[in-house]
Amino acid sequence: MKQPHGQSFWRQLVLRIPYLWLLAFFLVPFLIVLKISLSETAIAQPPYTPVLDLAAGWHGLAAFFAGLSLDNYVLLGSDPLYLLSYLKSVEIAAFATLLLLVIGYPIAYAIARTPRRWQAVLVLLTVLPFWTSLLIRIYAWMNILQRDGPLNEVLMALSIVKEPPAWLSTDTAIYVGIVYSYLPFMVLPLYATLEKLDESLVEAAADLGCPRWKIFWQVTLPLSSSGMLAGVLLCFIPIVGEFVIPDLLGGSQSPMIGQTIWMEFFGNKDWPAASAVAVVLVCLLVTPIVIYQNQAMRVVEQE
Amino acid sequence: MRKVSAFNLVAIAAGIAFLYLPIVVLVIYSFNASRLVAVWGGWSIRWYAELIDDAPLVESALISIRLALTSATASTILGTLAALALVRFGRFRGWLLFAAMIYAPLVMPEVITGLSLLLLFVAVAVDRGFWTVAIAHTTMAMCFVTVIVQSRLVDFDMSLEEAAMDLGASPLRTFLSVTLPLILPAIAAAWMLAFALSLDDLVIASFTTGPGATTLPIRIYSEVRLGVKPEMNAVCSIMVGVVGIAVIAASLLAKLTWARGAPARL
Repeated sequence: MKQPHGQSFWRQLVLRIPYLWLLAFFLVPFLIVLKISLSETAIAQPPYTPVLDLAAGWHGLAAFFAGLSLDNYVLLGSDPLYLLSYLKSVEIAAFATLLLLVIGYPIAYAIARTPRRWQAVLVLLTVLPFWTSLLIRIYAWMNILQRDGPLNEVLMALSIVKEPPAWLSTDTAIYVGIVYSYLPFMVLPLYATLEKLDESLVEAAADLGCPRWKIFWQVTLPLSSSGMLAGVLLCFIPIVGEFVIPDLLGGSQSPMIGQTIWMEFFGNKDWPAASAVAVVLVCLLVTPIVIYQNQAMRVVEQE
Repeated sequence: MRKVSAFNLVAIAAGIAFLYLPIVVLVIYSFNASRLVAVWGGWSIRWYAELIDDAPLVESALISIRLALTSATASTILGTLAALALVRFGRFRGWLLFAAMIYAPLVMPEVITGLSLLLLFVAVAVDRGFWTVAIAHTTMAMCFVTVIVQSRLVDFDMSLEEAAMDLGASPLRTFLSVTLPLILPAIAAAWMLAFALSLDDLVIASFTTGPGATTLPIRIYSEVRLGVKPEMNAVCSIMVGVVGIAVIAASLLAKLTWARGAPARL
């Protein structure tokens, strides 16, 4: 189909600007990471070796390919620290996402069922804590969870525990921090879907004598699946690479993968190893994004 | 009006309590006279008084706010354009790469985004500072903006636009007077999210910053790492206060505008 001239001009503008931005600041940097991950550790230490010396022509190109090595990836496979780090990250992210879904769904559902003029206020209240720095919110939990902090005082006063348990530097503290920090990411997409849900479908089921739990299970839940998927992915994916929460609330004995990259980069100053860990992590996270993309395309094609 | 069931009421109350209790505890502790955070020494405002003399902290706060305003605005514009391209242009050439570049930064842990952008800035030998962090935050946030605006555009009733075009409106005019007002709530929400993401970020900023651009999260992180400080409770309380007032003012403004525009829309 031939486009009118004016329309095609705007089309190009709308497309080209974000396209070029992402090429320059997302794709190119990632290719650089890929290149560094294939470099020898010794020569790629800062100061930085040039990525590709185009001025050297063919010799430069030959030197470029000759310089590539898989040593860093061999290192990842041979050192259990990395494997344990990946496993721990995926385990924590999976369990925390499940917790978030179980906690976030009733909240989103309840907000979507309140009178419309209250919904904006409630959404605002959900997002409001999110505006303050994550660090300070995690720091607030450091206050609460410390040995002689308010949580243990309450537990002792209620005689639930005799000895104050240590919460900090445990996985429990990481879960608390993650659920607290990511709740808006789960509630907002769920709310957006539930708010649009066609209530006449629920009423129709009720009129036909369907019990309330069954309406929820067979009508509401399936209709909100796109919001659930969006919420799950918006939580699971960043949690896998989370750095701040495990660093401040968790213990130091088994780091998550984000901490490992940080350590390799800032601590050991091993840029190639950090890059290799990063590349493998990206490969690991490609699967959920493909699932999401397929789902999004199905939604578009259904319209 | 719909009736709110007891279950829904409990869910909302528990959710709000969970979200706000830690902040309330923090604000209370910020008025604690004792240097030991866990020991209550009576009410006092001494930590607030000490903040005023902490020039680097004030400077960092200003940098962070400027950074959030800049990157939220840039990422909202870029992200909205990207959403329009994704939803409206069908399968154009390079669609797959474009879609991948939109969704991949969402997958990308901040540690990697930060690392890769730092390596880019080092490769092109650019001086790191305010603008490199701004570029990094814009890139990170624009993908969130795209997802939010896109979800609104997917539900969009195309016949409204077609009607405007049939009546002779140019594509730009159609966009400005039909499409934009209808997707504006999503764009506003996206801007707010982008602002929050920028203000929140420690990891990407740590990688991409340079001398003279120490953001508030970087400064706070270094303080918290060195040990718990009661001044930090005071900083947080001020931020909560400022942000609370700003958001409530913004929503009141939006409500006023809405009340004026409502009869015309109905």
